[in-house]
Amino acid sequence: MEPWDRRLTVLAGHYGSGKTELAVNLACAIGDTGRRCALCDLDVVNPYFRAREREAELSRHGVHLVASRLQGPEADVPALPAEIYGVLQDRTQWGVVDLGGDGAGARALARFAGEIDPREAQVLFVLNANRPETRTVERAAASLDQIRRVLGLEFTGIVNNTHLCGETRAEDILRGAALAQALSGRTGLPVCWHAARRDLAEKVTALGAVLPIRIYMRKPWEVEDYDGEGDH
Amino acid sequence: MKKELWKGNEAVAQAAINAGCRYFFGYPITPQNEIPEYMAAHLPEVGGCFLQSESEVAAINMVYGAAGAGARVMTSSSSPGISLKQEGITYLVGSELPAVIVNAMRGGPGLGTIQPAQGDYFQATRGGGNGDYRTVVLAPSSVQEAADLTAEAFDIADQYRNPVLVLMDGMIGQMMEAMTWRPLPRRELPPKTWATTGTGGRREKNIINSWRSSGALLEEHNLHLAEKWRAMEAREVRWEERGAEGAQLLFVAYGTTARLVAGAMEQLEARGVRCALLRPISLWPYPAARLRALAEQPSVRAVFAVELSLGQMVEDVRLAVEGVKPVGFFGRAGGAIPTPREIAEHALDFLEGR
Repeated sequence: MEPWDRRLTVLAGHYGSGKTELAVNLACAIGDTGRRCALCDLDVVNPYFRAREREAELSRHGVHLVASRLQGPEADVPALPAEIYGVLQDRTQWGVVDLGGDGAGARALARFAGEIDPREAQVLFVLNANRPETRTVERAAASLDQIRRVLGLEFTGIVNNTHLCGETRAEDILRGAALAQALSGRTGLPVCWHAARRDLAEKVTALGAVLPIRIYMRKPWEVEDYDGEGDH
Repeated sequence: MKKELWKGNEAVAQAAINAGCRYFFGYPITPQNEIPEYMAAHLPEVGGCFLQSESEVAAINMVYGAAGAGARVMTSSSSPGISLKQEGITYLVGSELPAVIVNAMRGGPGLGTIQPAQGDYFQATRGGGNGDYRTVVLAPSSVQEAADLTAEAFDIADQYRNPVLVLMDGMIGQMMEAMTWRPLPRRELPPKTWATTGTGGRREKNIINSWRSSGALLEEHNLHLAEKWRAMEAREVRWEERGAEGAQLLFVAYGTTARLVAGAMEQLEARGVRCALLRPISLWPYPAARLRALAEQPSVRAVFAVELSLGQMVEDVRLAVEGVKPVGFFGRAGGAIPTPREIAEHALDFLEGR
């Protein structure tokens, strides 16, 4: 089972769970398989580190960016693009939907929820065990429930994306997997897969389904995580 | 100590709560909104009060009121909002009231952009309000430091009965980094006998006021305040140094820009140019004496200031270096962020006299 098993993937979660990094990686991975793929950046909460800043890298993987076009990628305009209807309705293309954090971020998708056919969508709760507001199963469950109530869609699974930005170790991912399992036990939702930076992915193969990721959402002083030809 | 992933703005808010801040008054503006959002969620849990005011002007005057009652109180905003608070800040100084004010700077002038900038250096270090006054200005360069300096800012404010500015840029506020919550040294502080907490019929009334009835009395007040500025200059200067002995090129940069310069230094070192960095942590008082001493080292051929502005701190660099070495400058403004490579090229051009 691939992470892009369903045509549509919705990523929601707490602030800082790493939804945007996952969304860009997942969209690029789908694009690399030759499928027609769009990334819908519906983050109306964060002013920086949004997927729309990475349009050039997305297009290198054949991914079409759907984001607010008002006033360019840096503007603070919480406008939603009509183009998203095309991605949700057109069954010939794959779509990844990146939401802002918490219920406030999830609300942006609520108005489109009726357009999404649950049979072809996976709605994933992205979990980072290193974030203070989701570090225990109680807090993670409360975060999941808060988002579920505004999203208008039921979650279909949990993704463990436990990281510490540039300081992530394999232990972090394994600890996050345990928390994801505990959250699964509490909610009945399956743990679908685990995300791991490429250099850590081999150290956590015991977890089963692991999506190796590159770091696209870099800080301005961070060195580019090489994304050139033949580097797969 | 276990590391956690925190967003800069959230870390600032939690650090303030840890330091005993129980009152927050503010008005939303990007890119600092997570501070009031966090305070609204978490201050009530510790018996505190978050209030969204009708404007930035109202917020800083609520800060004045709470500080006068002896409470630990904070407000935060971003550049245009901080401009609106300037009247309140000079009244806080004149009335000798401690408070912490956080500015997550964005591009200006005017409404500007929401991208990170360092264009409020003059306003912060020279005083944007009226009168002869100073405030300690602290400039964090990481999420960890944003938390640590915010906590300490409350002690500094109480020690001198003067507001303290935490001057970060939107990048520090918005970025996520690993950090730990470690116990920080706390200062011995005198009781707030001056606070307007009710006389209980046992003492004279405390009056909190920046007004004086004559020029002579006001000068006396100014001279008293100036003694505090001298004490701050003696005790509150702080900076960080990094880089090689025998550096040819001495960078000066603060906040986010120091992170960019560190990248530029790696590139220059790889090309055989020995570099060092002085990172001011207190922008006022400025680490002028240390900068002068570093610039005087025989190996140093040039001093190079880098800012997310078109040149503000560089004036303090020139005042400190006093012409003993040439001082160069590179900056981007309005929210544009230079790459480490761009900084390296400009610095090298200056060093080579191109």
